Amino acid sequence: MLTYLYADQLAQQTKLHNSMFTDRAWQFRQRLKWDVDVDATGFERDEYDDMNPLYAIWRKPDGTHGGSMRAMPTSGRCMVNEHFSNVAGRKISDPKIWESTRFCLSPDLGEQAGRISAALMLAGCEIGIGMGLDRAVGVFDPRMVRIYRRLGWPPEILGTTGAGRDKIYVGLWDFSQTVRHRLAQNAGVSPQISTLWFERAFGGVKTIAA
Amino acid sequence: MDQDLLAFIHRVERAETIETLFDCVKDIRRIFGVNHAIYHSIQWHGETFALATYSAEWHEYYGGEQLYLIDPVVINAFKRFHPYNWKSLDWDTRKGRKLLQDAITMGVGNQGLSFPIRGPNGELALFSVSHNADDETWQKFIEDHRADLMLIGYFFHKAARRLVISRDLGDPVALSPREMETLTLLALGLNRATIAQNLQISEHTLRGYIESSRIKLSANNTTHAVSSAMARGLISL
Repeated sequence: MLTYLYADQLAQQTKLHNSMFTDRAWQFRQRLKWDVDVDATGFERDEYDDMNPLYAIWRKPDGTHGGSMRAMPTSGRCMVNEHFSNVAGRKISDPKIWESTRFCLSPDLGEQAGRISAALMLAGCEIGIGMGLDRAVGVFDPRMVRIYRRLGWPPEILGTTGAGRDKIYVGLWDFSQTVRHRLAQNAGVSPQISTLWFERAFGGVKTIAA
Repeated sequence: MDQDLLAFIHRVERAETIETLFDCVKDIRRIFGVNHAIYHSIQWHGETFALATYSAEWHEYYGGEQLYLIDPVVINAFKRFHPYNWKSLDWDTRKGRKLLQDAITMGVGNQGLSFPIRGPNGELALFSVSHNADDETWQKFIEDHRADLMLIGYFFHKAARRLVISRDLGDPVALSPREMETLTLLALGLNRATIAQNLQISEHTLRGYIESSRIKLSANNTTHAVSSAMARGLISL
């Protein structure tokens, strides 16, 4: 299932928390050979994880991490403005554009990987529509360009730098109900269930005893 | 609404004093037909402040009792950055219920909608509107106006940053590249002869740069000019 947790809420769920940061170390350090910090416990964390970001996480039936991404508003401190403004060619500071970073999958998903990737993008789309945002911005490599296209939600490329394997892009995604339904289908999740997961995290109206 | 919204945002962007910004906050009531509006800096590089339309009675009571320490609306803004309906928060404690009851009695309203704002230097602010309405009406209000209010909150914050920073430091100053180099080397503790040598200029010319930057920064002496340039972020070490 999809779950939406701010860092302080994720910290309460030890199993999910630990498996996510371990999976991130595996994906970004081991597999993609990015220059990221891995701490003594084997967690890949950066300074933005300390700013209480919002995570969208696919939780496996055993309660561990299946995949995740991290969301932060571009009006505040964020990676696209502090590390990649040279790629985009400008700073993006917009209350209705949030950045999505650290898109990560657990190493042992097997043939579920495509479905869970779609679910994480569905989560991004739910956040956009649910919070009344205009767009998402993200930084990604050539490998992800193909994945985004295959899953039915290709970004608009804003800028690029580097060449070959080191090439990176900054791109923008638009939110729409059409995209939401397409991603839900690719994720094998009904749009109603997806809405329910989102509502559960961000709350409807609570009854207050007088 | 779009034209009106744009015109309103232009007004916020042009606000030259905190007072004119406050007038914009007050106008939110008329434009959106709500009881109250508040822009509140909650974590800031200087003293925090609030521009609120609440009654003096509420203001005094809230500040005097330090209710911001227990107010779920404020506490939530430190940890979250998505817009929230006040009724989605946890009020179900003795203090929470009393706060809500008092807010209703003193005219704040039984409903509210808040927009946490994270700024580029890590500062935090909060923009909220409050009103008297049933849940259904309020839900409709949120659907209709959330997008516009989110944008307005952002521009309130941008204006507040601009106004408060310029009030703290005086008018904006632009230094020439040579003046910046000179002040940076002075800040590093180099003496004038070494700096002149470094920049391949005469000591006489160097004195000219120091003097011109001192005047631009309205500083009394060289040390003051260096510290003022650093405080404004014009030079860094």
